[in-house]
Amino acid sequence: MKSPQDLEKLQQTLSKKLDAGKPRISICNGTACRPYGSNPVAEAFKAEIEKRDLGNQLEFKVTGCHGFCERGPVAIVEPGNLFYQKIKVEDVPEIVEKTLKGETVSRLLFKAAETGKEVAGQNEVPFYRNQTRIVLGNNVRIDPTSIEDYIAIGGYSALSKALHTMQPDQIIDVIKQSGLRGRGGGGFPTGLKWETCRKAHGDIKYVIVNADEGDPGAYANEGLLSGNPHSVLEGLIIGAFAIGAHQGYVYVRNEYPLALKNINIAMQQAEKLGLLGKDILGSGFDFSVRINRGGGAFVCGESTALMASLEGKTGEPRAKYIHTVEKGLWDRPSDLNNVETWANIPLIISKGPEWFNSIGSKGNTGTKIFSLTGKVNNTGLVEVPMGIKLRDIIFDIGGGIRGNKKFKAVQTGGPSGGCLPEKLLDLAVDFDELTKAGSMMGSGGMIVMDEDNCMVDVARYFLTFLEEESCGKCVPCREGVKRMKQILTDITEGKGRESDLDLLKELSAHLKDSALCALGSSAPNPVLTTIKYFLDEYEAHIKQKKCPAGVCKSLIKFSIIDEKCPGCGMCVKICPAHAITDMGKKKPVILDQSKCIKCRTCYDVCRMGAVKIE
Amino acid sequence: MMFAGWELLRLSESVTLTINGQKYSAEKGKTILQVAVDNGIKIPTLCQHEEIEPYGACRLCIVEITKGTRNRIVTSCLYPVEEGLIVQTDSPAVVRNRKMLLDLLLTRCSENEVIRDLAGQYGVKTPSFREEYWEKHDCIVCGLCVRACEQVVGVSAISLVDRGIHKEPKPPYLEKAKNCIGCGSCYYVCPTHAIHMEDKNGVRRIDRWKVEFKLKKCSKCGIEWAPVAQLEYIRKKWNLPADFFDICPNCK
Repeated sequence: MKSPQDLEKLQQTLSKKLDAGKPRISICNGTACRPYGSNPVAEAFKAEIEKRDLGNQLEFKVTGCHGFCERGPVAIVEPGNLFYQKIKVEDVPEIVEKTLKGETVSRLLFKAAETGKEVAGQNEVPFYRNQTRIVLGNNVRIDPTSIEDYIAIGGYSALSKALHTMQPDQIIDVIKQSGLRGRGGGGFPTGLKWETCRKAHGDIKYVIVNADEGDPGAYANEGLLSGNPHSVLEGLIIGAFAIGAHQGYVYVRNEYPLALKNINIAMQQAEKLGLLGKDILGSGFDFSVRINRGGGAFVCGESTALMASLEGKTGEPRAKYIHTVEKGLWDRPSDLNNVETWANIPLIISKGPEWFNSIGSKGNTGTKIFSLTGKVNNTGLVEVPMGIKLRDIIFDIGGGIRGNKKFKAVQTGGPSGGCLPEKLLDLAVDFDELTKAGSMMGSGGMIVMDEDNCMVDVARYFLTFLEEESCGKCVPCREGVKRMKQILTDITEGKGRESDLDLLKELSAHLKDSALCALGSSAPNPVLTTIKYFLDEYEAHIKQKKCPAGVCKSLIKFSIIDEKCPGCGMCVKICPAHAITDMGKKKPVILDQSKCIKCRTCYDVCRMGAVKIE
Repeated sequence: MMFAGWELLRLSESVTLTINGQKYSAEKGKTILQVAVDNGIKIPTLCQHEEIEPYGACRLCIVEITKGTRNRIVTSCLYPVEEGLIVQTDSPAVVRNRKMLLDLLLTRCSENEVIRDLAGQYGVKTPSFREEYWEKHDCIVCGLCVRACEQVVGVSAISLVDRGIHKEPKPPYLEKAKNCIGCGSCYYVCPTHAIHMEDKNGVRRIDRWKVEFKLKKCSKCGIEWAPVAQLEYIRKKWNLPADFFDICPNCK
């Protein structure tokens, strides 16, 4: 394609094909649906359509992540926007048959918890109903390996608009007016970052996509990059044009094979169509991209460590007293943004900053994608307007806590975020409010915890992760995190001292002041927030040597409540340590304390509530 | 260090900053630490050396800066001076953090003389952490040995291996450091004497890198004055005659 007109023509042809009015089945084949068996289901659909020669009557699409991972494999059927869940290979012929007839497969629909009734349309499913899926929404409409699909829904028209009708400064102004803030966690205004990079001295500049999402439980960037890679690429090209860069990098962690594959395909397709490379769309603008795979170090998600890694050096951060927009990759002005930030760019260019400003709250415009995981009923990727309450995400979208247990805390922002308690459930989820509460936005991890989680143990877990992932360059992080973890481990083992809390606070303050990068300075967050909001649990561990949640092995004891035990022997069979003896039917079992490894299996398997944790 | 043309222009400018209440004029491009050292102001450091690029690992050189209404702690070995910058090298916040740094270092290196002395100067006699945590390392992972080997000597015989608490300077594949020339730069720059080097019976040994080198004997005075490998390296690099190092510097 050599001109905006070429793109427009192609878009018109393709969109007619896409909206031909044929019934359409879109099955999610994202990373989370695959282990549930979406691949064989997709193959079964293809085979069925071929067998019955339905290619002309039915459109079938294998797409990226739809978001509702808990119910995978999921599919959307048009017309009717029907949402099918937990699809099995056996369901395929029926789905095809009924779709052709315009009927619904009721048993595959989502059942609303409150009414017990089936909900047909995707937009009525509580999980989706309360979301604003401006970025993720297109995932269900396109095959991520098809540039035609992306163009058919208007893809690359923002790029064409930017290249042919806007000046770089104008683009930057639009991004500034939109109020878009970096989705990688820091929340720095994107337009301002671009402007500084554009103004920085130097002929050679770089733009970088940070797709090194390493937080435990977070996979929002994966869902976006594997499900709609062209949206990220289009944003990147627009950014490069605005900043004056001719070389871009996509840094993807190697643990994301699907995202890597799809962004590679996207790049090749874009290059073939003249959307990448020399003289893009006849504008005279040249831009090429390289993909680099991350080697599995969490710290490489930090911008300076990522750049060091791109340079082929050890992924260690450096001080940012001279910002990377002035001196970044190979000491040249470099603009690095998160996957989600880049994906927002084409939308803002197409629809305008006013539209973007109308979503979210003041100072926190637009939406944010979260990976909602943990003890919540509906896990998956959710996209919500910024400023929404935590309660709305966890209880409306997330459908509340599993097994009717009691909510205890929600951890946002990955390992260096904080744990927020029930009293903060009405907190507005935005960059500033989360930081004020001692947590942070991070790259969008959201782990829900219930009454069975011990908050001291949770803090210990995150510090263990950070200790392993610290690069080890600076003393506060390498030595400080290690000591914090040791203290927390001691507390969970009943060796806590009353002075430990002060020492933990002192160390925390020190790390915030003195660590070299954000990994170190935010590492105390899990400790500080759990001390602040769950002090009683720390005190129980330290003073009474008790773990109220019944998690910390050194502080708990399992025993059988004889009156409740019918002697069914379930626990006897499942106990891996052979610590429980069957005494015959209707007689309570006997648990040998000396053999018990406190694995909790008997507690979980007993339906009579006859296992007690003290 | 490489500088682009526009940076050279900036270097020739000068700025005025305040350190501990006193005004100083300094060349733009210098770090706070360089300006402090130039003016006889003492800031403790462990990972810094004037011939080696700053790294910012030990954090002992932290200072408190004021810009506008905002105060923050920065590492002076990395922070470039700015016009109007106000610096305090020993503010209460700096001292508090420095004490904790030394506390952490002392817990790691509980028997190291250098660390014990320095910690003692800040009133840290014993670590605040329980005794079970105390370790007996000598190396503080400041990376000076690795950086000297790369930046000054130019052979990169050793590197920092692993990450986090396991990070340590080591020879490649934990085997004998093949590229080592035995010059001992690592030994000389190590701030905590964690590298042992011994010249004995005509042989230099650096156990940490699993290397041994034959020492060259001066043909005049007979002193064994440097490893043959090191002299060969220099001779080849500067294209010197074969007999150039037969005589030691003292006899020349």
